Amino acid sequence: MSCLIECNDMWKRYCVGDVEVNALRGLTLRIQQGEFVAVRGASGSGKSTLLSILGCLDQPSRGQYRLDGIDVGQLSVDQLADIRNRQIGFVFQNFNLIPRTSALENAQLPLFYRGLSLSEQRAKAAAALKRVGLAGREHHFPAQLSGGQQQRVAIARALITAPRLLLADEPTGNLDTESSREIMSILEGLNREGITIILVTHEADIAAYAHRDIFLKDGQLLTDRVTRQAPGTVEV
Amino acid sequence: MPAFVWMTVLTALRVLRRNRLRAGLTMLGMVIGVGAVIAMVGIGEGAKRAVQAQIATIGTNVIIIWPGATTVSGVRMGQGGAVTLTVADALDLKKKIPLLAETGWARREVMQIVNGNRNWNGPINGISPSYLTIRDWSFSSGGPFTQADLDSAARVALLGQTIVDNLFDEGEQPVGAVIRIKNVPFRVIGVLAPKGQSAQGSDQDDVIFIPFTTGERKVFGTSFLGSIGAMFASTDRAEDLPEAVDSIREVLRARHRLQREQNDDFTVKTQIDIGKVQEGTSQTLTMMLFSIASVSLLVGGIGIMNILLVSVTERTREIGVRMAVGAKRGHVLMQFLIEAMTLSLLGGILGIVLGIIGAKLTTVVAGWPTIISLEVIGVAFVFSLAVGLFFGLYPANKASRLNPIEALRYE
Repeated sequence: MSCLIECNDMWKRYCVGDVEVNALRGLTLRIQQGEFVAVRGASGSGKSTLLSILGCLDQPSRGQYRLDGIDVGQLSVDQLADIRNRQIGFVFQNFNLIPRTSALENAQLPLFYRGLSLSEQRAKAAAALKRVGLAGREHHFPAQLSGGQQQRVAIARALITAPRLLLADEPTGNLDTESSREIMSILEGLNREGITIILVTHEADIAAYAHRDIFLKDGQLLTDRVTRQAPGTVEV
Repeated sequence: MPAFVWMTVLTALRVLRRNRLRAGLTMLGMVIGVGAVIAMVGIGEGAKRAVQAQIATIGTNVIIIWPGATTVSGVRMGQGGAVTLTVADALDLKKKIPLLAETGWARREVMQIVNGNRNWNGPINGISPSYLTIRDWSFSSGGPFTQADLDSAARVALLGQTIVDNLFDEGEQPVGAVIRIKNVPFRVIGVLAPKGQSAQGSDQDDVIFIPFTTGERKVFGTSFLGSIGAMFASTDRAEDLPEAVDSIREVLRARHRLQREQNDDFTVKTQIDIGKVQEGTSQTLTMMLFSIASVSLLVGGIGIMNILLVSVTERTREIGVRMAVGAKRGHVLMQFLIEAMTLSLLGGILGIVLGIIGAKLTTVVAGWPTIISLEVIGVAFVFSLAVGLFFGLYPANKASRLNPIEALRYE
């Protein structure tokens, strides 16, 4: 099993007004292909910053981030966009669906930017929606769907490009227990199929779905323990 | 890429439909601007065409020569004040300049014409028969007088339609009737086909033609035999006109024994010169239309830019999501540019339709001729697109440069 994510002494510095904030302070982390990792920590511990960098939405100020062997810090804005499009799927706490746009069109959005033909986009989006149990809801608008259903559309959107890495930022934060369980079981299923999942969460019971539990404090790794042996992964 | 453009246009249309009122108000500037331009250009073109038609009534490749101003004892006599052109000049020009197809001459005076118990004051023109050929006069009944009539100073007359309308009852046949000019009886031998207004706005059909010699000897009275009011000439080809004008000046200067330092004692103008004056007027009009168009398109464009900036702010999160799933800067840029161009183009198309309706209404209500050319519509179309492109660039660029993380967190 190859090393999908490799962070070496990663720093991230922000300027908020005149104050400099170090969101990450020399973080070193390796994640193998196929892992299911929960990232926890208090607010301001650097969880979101880490996720942004891992998701190629941002680049480290210092240190190195290699995704599948590629040094992301060297890439241009458009190359980053291409990596996000091909390798990474995002699931957000507030779903981030495009309003007044059907579930199908929301799901097909990544393929739209890949330049596939319209019919191909539609077919794949329909298949992805079916996979998250939303067959028959293709033409509903986000406002006509429950929170759990909206998050499933978001997962379908993340899945549609067959990414190697799925990043979930508190995916159950806005959901009730029942919906949370549904979403987490979908994520578990995806992980079983070999997709690497990194999950940012506050909640211990959600983190328990993962096989590895990382705890951040002040932009540094506090604890990193394997809670469950993932199928087919080798312990670091 | 075509799938991308197509879907982006669909997205743009959906966004516009969602904010129908806002989109409508935004487009209004474009609609009014383009509509006004289309209507006004239509009216302007119609007027221009009408003027061109009027200038064509002068004849074909016509050169007009007037006697020039002279100074008598320090008193300047004004245009036509001098008796410097004569029949002999005209005949000599014809002989010496092979380029000239015809030369003719005329002398004009307003006098009373009487038919039975009706009378009318109209311009009596003593002319050479060639004058009718040069000026392209045709006949609605009867026919022209001949060289023999000129030679014998025959008392025959040709009447314009306005004269006929004022001197004869409806249905009465003028040809063969006898009218009196200054108590001299004239037999009407022809009625001229109407020409309508001249380029200067005068009624060209308010006219009577009699042989030049008859006028000179029996009607006008004259101190110098053979002095004429204006000379006319024509060439076969329009491109010969400038050379013909030069030759005419040369011959006339020689005949009038003018020294090098002396000015011409005559004025030569061609039909093209007269057309140019009118063209100058319509060019001024065109420039005015163009400036109005620029201002209204500018205002419309600023409206579009304004609403697009609002839209970019409102949809910051959406832009963030699009970037997160792999939209490149170019994609975001294109999306907002296409939205801007969709807005401006829709406005432009509505404006074109409105403009055509406006022009047609003007024709119906005011009776002005209007001409809507395909070119104008094409230009309006292209300009609408260009306005969208130009004014969409700033908001679109702003959207494409958003930081995806900040955009995603935007509340």
